[in-house]
Amino acid sequence: MRVLVCVKRVPLTGGRMVLTEDDQALETRHLGFTISPHEECGVEEAVRLVEQHGGEVTVLALGPPEAEEQIRDTLAIGADRGILVATDGGEWDPQATAAAIVAAVRAEEEFDLIVFGNESADSGNYQVGIRVAHALGRPVVTGLKGLSVEDGVARCEQEVPGGRDVYRVPLPAVVSVLEGINLPRYPSVPAKLRARSKPVETVSPERPGARLEKLRLVVPGGPGKQAEILGEGAGAAPAVVNVMRELGVA
Amino acid sequence: MNDPSGATSSLPPAARAVVIGAGIVGNSLVHHLAELGWTDLVLLDKGPLPNPGGSTGHASNFIFPVDHSREMTALTADSSRQYEDLGVRIECGGIEVARTEERMEELRRRMSSAASWGVDDVAIVTPAEIKELVPYIDESVIIGGFHTKSVSVVDSLRAGTLMRERAQEAGALTVAANTEVLGIDVEHGRVRRVRTTRGDVETEIVVIACGVWSPRLARMAGASIPLTPAVHQMIDIGPVPRFAGAKSAIEFPIVRDMDTNMYERQDGSGLEVGSYAHRPILHDPDEIPSVEEAALSPTEFPFTQDDFAEQMEHALELMPEIVGDESVGIKYAINGLLSLTPDGMPVLGETPEAGGLWAASAVWVKEGPGVGRALAQWMVEGEPEIELQSSDVARFHDCQKSVAHVKARASEHFNKTYGIVHPGEQWESDRPARLSPFYHQARDLGAVFYETAGWERPHWYESNAGLVEEYGVEGREAEWDSRWWSPVINAEHLAMRDRAAIFDLTAFCVFDVVGPGALDSVQRVAMRQMDVKHGKVVYTPVLAPRGGFRSDLTIMRLSDDHFRVVTGGAHGMADLKWFRDHATDAQVVDLTSSWCTLGLWGPRARDILAGTTSDDVSHEGFPFATFRTIEMGPLRVMASRISYVGDLGWELYVPIEEGARLWETVWEAGEPHGVLPAGIGVYGTTGRLEKCYRAFGFELDSEYDVVEAGMAWGKVKDEDFVGREAHVRHREQEPAALMCTLTVDDHTSSSGVKRYPLGGEPIQTRDGEPLVDARGRRSFVTSAGAGPSVGKHLLMSYLPAEHAREGNELAVLYMGERYPVTVAVAGSTPVFDPGNERVKAAGAVPA
Repeated sequence: MRVLVCVKRVPLTGGRMVLTEDDQALETRHLGFTISPHEECGVEEAVRLVEQHGGEVTVLALGPPEAEEQIRDTLAIGADRGILVATDGGEWDPQATAAAIVAAVRAEEEFDLIVFGNESADSGNYQVGIRVAHALGRPVVTGLKGLSVEDGVARCEQEVPGGRDVYRVPLPAVVSVLEGINLPRYPSVPAKLRARSKPVETVSPERPGARLEKLRLVVPGGPGKQAEILGEGAGAAPAVVNVMRELGVA
Repeated sequence: MNDPSGATSSLPPAARAVVIGAGIVGNSLVHHLAELGWTDLVLLDKGPLPNPGGSTGHASNFIFPVDHSREMTALTADSSRQYEDLGVRIECGGIEVARTEERMEELRRRMSSAASWGVDDVAIVTPAEIKELVPYIDESVIIGGFHTKSVSVVDSLRAGTLMRERAQEAGALTVAANTEVLGIDVEHGRVRRVRTTRGDVETEIVVIACGVWSPRLARMAGASIPLTPAVHQMIDIGPVPRFAGAKSAIEFPIVRDMDTNMYERQDGSGLEVGSYAHRPILHDPDEIPSVEEAALSPTEFPFTQDDFAEQMEHALELMPEIVGDESVGIKYAINGLLSLTPDGMPVLGETPEAGGLWAASAVWVKEGPGVGRALAQWMVEGEPEIELQSSDVARFHDCQKSVAHVKARASEHFNKTYGIVHPGEQWESDRPARLSPFYHQARDLGAVFYETAGWERPHWYESNAGLVEEYGVEGREAEWDSRWWSPVINAEHLAMRDRAAIFDLTAFCVFDVVGPGALDSVQRVAMRQMDVKHGKVVYTPVLAPRGGFRSDLTIMRLSDDHFRVVTGGAHGMADLKWFRDHATDAQVVDLTSSWCTLGLWGPRARDILAGTTSDDVSHEGFPFATFRTIEMGPLRVMASRISYVGDLGWELYVPIEEGARLWETVWEAGEPHGVLPAGIGVYGTTGRLEKCYRAFGFELDSEYDVVEAGMAWGKVKDEDFVGREAHVRHREQEPAALMCTLTVDDHTSSSGVKRYPLGGEPIQTRDGEPLVDARGRRSFVTSAGAGPSVGKHLLMSYLPAEHAREGNELAVLYMGERYPVTVAVAGSTPVFDPGNERVKAAGAVPA
């Protein structure tokens, strides 16, 4: 089967968010880049499907030329080839992004399955997957926590309070997945090295006029990092256990 | 105040000393200051504890004890002991592997350094032996290795915490984390207070121990700590099946893949792969993100994987079982920041710009605790036990402090971290920086320039190449021995001894001590009597408080209250600070860039000089160890009759702008006498070695005293001077060692190639036993070089008293082989011209 996974290059944040002076973007001077955890799981899911059924995983990213780095990361996880829809670096709105992906998909032999992360890690518009499905006239199921394919049908599971909703959709189809659908593998060194020579094509579409306008970004105020000393030495253990229980990890 | 985490501490209004930076150095320093009795200490960090986010927090934490630098090896050895005492050290062993024969030769040279500095648990090992120790290595890609059993991994964060807590428990220390320094106030040249986000602290001593941020902090006080943050890449892969049952953090030896500039070490169930092979990636201290903004920590930058691609292939070659395992994933990858300095050594000591402001920067985990202890001794007792001259912050000349220079040199030496660096190796970047007025004449004569203190100095002249045949000078067969060397040096030497040679000595540091307190000031610093007649020039040791050497230099007395100090360029800035620190009621004025110096020596020197001047330059009219102004045509020249090459002659000083004319004048007058230009190869090595003249930084340092150096001639002056008490004591006791000059008896290696030791090698018995003196110091070659006039290769070394006798047969270990040597001189009697007839020649010298 032929699977396409769409991913987006986003800043790898961890500390306090800092905006550029014009409030239009995150200041990325000190930041690395990655793809969203949902997308990492999407790539892992696609690679597992192809390992099971045979075929090919293609990864597409729309972004600046540097986004090739994120495509290569996914190639190291096991994807086979990449398509970079290169932009001039500015943010494209969901409609423009979806249109460019649709154009790229149409230029390709048909994909049986197109996988998205449920939403991007930065702008989080929740739109591109559905727009692409709509434009291609394919069924779409979002928010998946389970996915399998058999006899040309995708079995899609969503988590709902008290259980799971299951949808069966005929291929070709579009899905978006959530973090937790699987535990993505770390790339091995040989896989990293192989990824360097896997093919990545670049297409450079015209940027359509934006229909969704970003005014500015605001970093919400918050408590920030807070440290509380729970105790010292062995005497601190009960308090630590309590915290772990509250967090649901013990 | 006693909150150990320091998160909520309030700051005291005043402190004995404020240490900025709670990494391994700052923590170690406060511990040792408290041990030495200091109280009211404050330790600040802008980050949280125990890991404030500096380089200590992401260090790979391993320690290889052997370095070619004695200073670094000593600091590392002390650090290992301290980590062991703190219970945070795991000895795992380590192997530096070679992929090339050139590297094997380097590893054999490492054996020599290990023996010289007293690290004995080392051995050259075969690929099969390495495979035994590191079963997951592919031994087919290597040809051997250097195994050190005492290589260890330490927990530097835990060590820092323990040391900090000990100082707190002693009631000597207030710790304040999450506290940023806003300013360091300097008044009348001394620090007065530190301003922080939690208020001000009045103090007379501030220590900057904040690694990659240090230049920023130094700038707050108008001082300079020349270093640059630079990236060191590392990845952690795992889980490794072979390490699944690991009981401790490390059970297999660390492997340094020297030829690829990489290391691989077990880290619990993972394998850490680090690299110094990638392009130099330098950052600015001001560009480092804050603790809040950093995704990981401020000094863990995003991994730039393109820079690591080749390294992964190298790791895969060496350790295919682990690195090639498809189930072993890359779990962690960072560009970690560390500090690089222009010369690769730490930056320690009181800054020359601001009194009471100390640097404790560019220190790695392997030497951190040792640096902490040494600095504490320096601050409390006035002198560290371990000689720190190569790390002294005062060593830098102005031209070496610029960001551009620091970055150029850091870029150049980053990839040499595991490199094979020849002892004579020259820097390539940021040259030429300082040009003497003789530069163009020298260049036209084919000078091969070496750099010292930023100055371009002729090391030899290709225009003298014809002399090699004339004097029948032999070349050196081994490429290593002949690298950064030329037989022309020996030929220039012989021609100087026959005729006369001129030397560009403009790299000298020159400073004047002037004012009513000038005499007392120089008396306090100089070991020898400085209350001499005007016009006398005195060569004198400068002692450290414990009676070792702080420097050696010459001082001229120009008038009652005016002295001129002339010292070597390399150490001149530290000397300048030392004189300024000890000057009372006198100014110390740096005139280095005002005066140039041309040396003229050789049996024809007097004839040449006489041809340029109508002044009396006869022996009676111009005795040895005097100076005065003479007129050479229109030039007024300060001529000083001394010699560091052991021949009749003068140092000639004129203002720099008149230098070119001075050269021409001497050159023209010298041509009929066969004058030639000669380089520092003669001045610094062959000429002085034949005369057994010692050099600071080689024979002379704080770890040996004047008696041991064989320089305790004359009586001790009555006036007090730094180190006097210790010096008097040294004269009364038997020296543990004595400086000797040895000759190499047979140069032929087992493969029939003549080899020439270059310095740093151990002196042993003919059976290969190390020589250790009563104070536990090993004998090693302090300087090595040709003695062309005596036809021998000469080695200088401190030998234990019982071995310091002429004719004693010993050996030198060079590149893994022992060569027979014999003690030619015990003490300071020159091997060439032992009666010093040439230097003090009254008339013509028999050539």
